[in-house]
Amino acid sequence: MQVLIEDTWVRELRAGEPEAVARLHGLLLRAARFEVARRGQTLPELRGDELDDLAQEAAADAAVSVLRRLDDFRGESRFTTWAYKFALLEASAKVRRRAWRGRELPLEPESWAQFESPSPTPGARAERAALLAEIRRGIDSALTPRQRLVLVALALNGVPIDVLAERLDTNRNALYKTLHDARRKLRTYLDEKGFAE
Amino acid sequence: MTDLTILRLLGPGEPELGCDECFDALDHFVELELAGADADEAFPGMRAHLAGCSACAEEHESLRALLELDHVETR
Repeated sequence: MQVLIEDTWVRELRAGEPEAVARLHGLLLRAARFEVARRGQTLPELRGDELDDLAQEAAADAAVSVLRRLDDFRGESRFTTWAYKFALLEASAKVRRRAWRGRELPLEPESWAQFESPSPTPGARAERAALLAEIRRGIDSALTPRQRLVLVALALNGVPIDVLAERLDTNRNALYKTLHDARRKLRTYLDEKGFAE
Repeated sequence: MTDLTILRLLGPGEPELGCDECFDALDHFVELELAGADADEAFPGMRAHLAGCSACAEEHESLRALLELDHVETR
């Protein structure tokens, strides 16, 4: 029964029927509000109505994406689940970007001392310190400048990937590919230096 | 030796999907997870990507949580 109802809904959306579009918008707004509420603690300076504006913007952008990509929906999941992910993506990216708005991005390694963690034994502490030192040398010597910038910003300094993508005028997928290549090079470097998995 | 800093720097170290592929599969993956089916077998490389990409991992957690909430509300 649920599948039949969803089939009808998708058909009505393809036909651009206003009621179906309004229902879609309601669904996406619910998901966007859910996400903004989950991540809202990263935006303590925003009031409730400002957070809701963010959710409204996310729902509107998600509706555009859903309607543009309706032909990609092949019924492998429920339509509502498929649509939800667009709203969650838009809302989470907007929250991350808003949280970093106006902030300078740390693109150089912060103090490496902050990554020292109390390991249970002196031996484990020394082993971890040696690995981190070799990783640091690998970042300096084995990576391209672009790979170094991306790895340091994302993996060391905690810059969200959507924020860095926006500042570098690229997208999340391309940036992750750069991160992935950098990580692979670092692993190869460590392997050559005798650091086994 | 695995800890969060090392994981962030070196990644999961196994074949993984990219962010676009992760997004394309996310709805089906989460529904399989919630149904108790073998989502990892259906989507090889998805779990590794979620370990390596914190943004995709957050959206995976959110979709799971939202569907679980729906389930509770419609019971």
